[in-house]
Amino acid sequence: MQLTLEFGGGLELLCDSVKVHDVKVDGGDEKKMSMKNLLHWVRTNLIKERPEMFMKGDTVRPGILVLVNDCDWELSGQLETVLEDKDVIVFISTLHGG
Amino acid sequence: MENKLFSPGERIAIGASGGKDSTVLAYVMSTLNRRHNYGLDLFLLSIDEGITGYRDDSLETVKRNQIQYGLPLKVLSYKELYGWTMDDIVKMIGLKNNCTFCGVFRRQALDRGAAMLKVDKVVTGHNADDIAETVLLNILRGDIARLSRCTYITTGEDGPIPRCKPFKYTYEKEIVMYAYFKKLDYFSTECIYSPNAYRGFAREFIKDLERIRPRAILDIIKSGEDFRISTTTKMPEQGTCERCGYISSQKWCKACLLLEGLNRGLPKLGIGRTKGPHNCGHEDTNLGSGTNSIESKQCGSLDF
Repeated sequence: MQLTLEFGGGLELLCDSVKVHDVKVDGGDEKKMSMKNLLHWVRTNLIKERPEMFMKGDTVRPGILVLVNDCDWELSGQLETVLEDKDVIVFISTLHGG
Repeated sequence: MENKLFSPGERIAIGASGGKDSTVLAYVMSTLNRRHNYGLDLFLLSIDEGITGYRDDSLETVKRNQIQYGLPLKVLSYKELYGWTMDDIVKMIGLKNNCTFCGVFRRQALDRGAAMLKVDKVVTGHNADDIAETVLLNILRGDIARLSRCTYITTGEDGPIPRCKPFKYTYEKEIVMYAYFKKLDYFSTECIYSPNAYRGFAREFIKDLERIRPRAILDIIKSGEDFRISTTTKMPEQGTCERCGYISSQKWCKACLLLEGLNRGLPKLGIGRTKGPHNCGHEDTNLGSGTNSIESKQCGSLDF
């Protein structure tokens, strides 16, 4: 599955200062890819340092905004949000200097 | 925005750090001013603390904003005001309490800059999350005087230049979303000198609360607003600093005290409960404690 992941608000620093990542994520054949799986995948494959700045428990750290195709994931089911091919997922940290 | 914050013809300085809050504030203010003919004269006012690798970069953002929004910019540095940059100060005192210096100096620097621009008001980008955080911190510190002040949308109306916080009820989340969708150009790096411990915990706590119940943030502000202080509580009196004339509850204002310490090689002066040699009998005023000024966030979440 082809996804575009974007990191902002300082989160890009956790993945080699690259803001936009075009990635191919294999969610298994029958199982659909959920945000929960994706977060796990990002943590394992993209986050190079200080993973605690990105995740807390099994979800993102409070204060990080998540947009799936420019829609707040709180409206689409958060971790249960099901992703589709070519979706754009944006993570923005609000936890930095104003 | 119609909390009677502004009236036509006023000159307003926007405290601009280049961060999300002040960038959104500058954008919204200039847009509304144009769209609704507020008749305001807007300026960007930035303070250069002299932090290499942090403030120099964020000031570049402000300079771009100056062009993008067509607002005149004034930059005032700690170096020219106090003779010290934050780099110098940290070299001398290390990474402990440095945020106290930065916060105290910034607050005063903003006022001085505002006086130079001859503005009627200063607006800052403090958002609802910031205010809630500050309410909690003031409770934790037992700082009653600040607790009662920190939720006012406008402060210092009796002073020469009032300050106001138009984003008092605006969630940080909304501001970041706005900046994202408007593709605003802002700077998002943590201050390199900020250990950010105490406020950091309060911040994280608020974010955790928000996740469970988003209203919590506005409810904390409401609690702060409706807080009533018993009339028997002794409040520190506000006077003026004998040295520079800035508002102060002590003989010398905090900035002068800190500066004196730096210049005499006694950087601990004015930090914590040690009062320095100029204490004149205000034993129990909370304002003397070495905590950060309420208006100035720790560098870690800095925005003037």
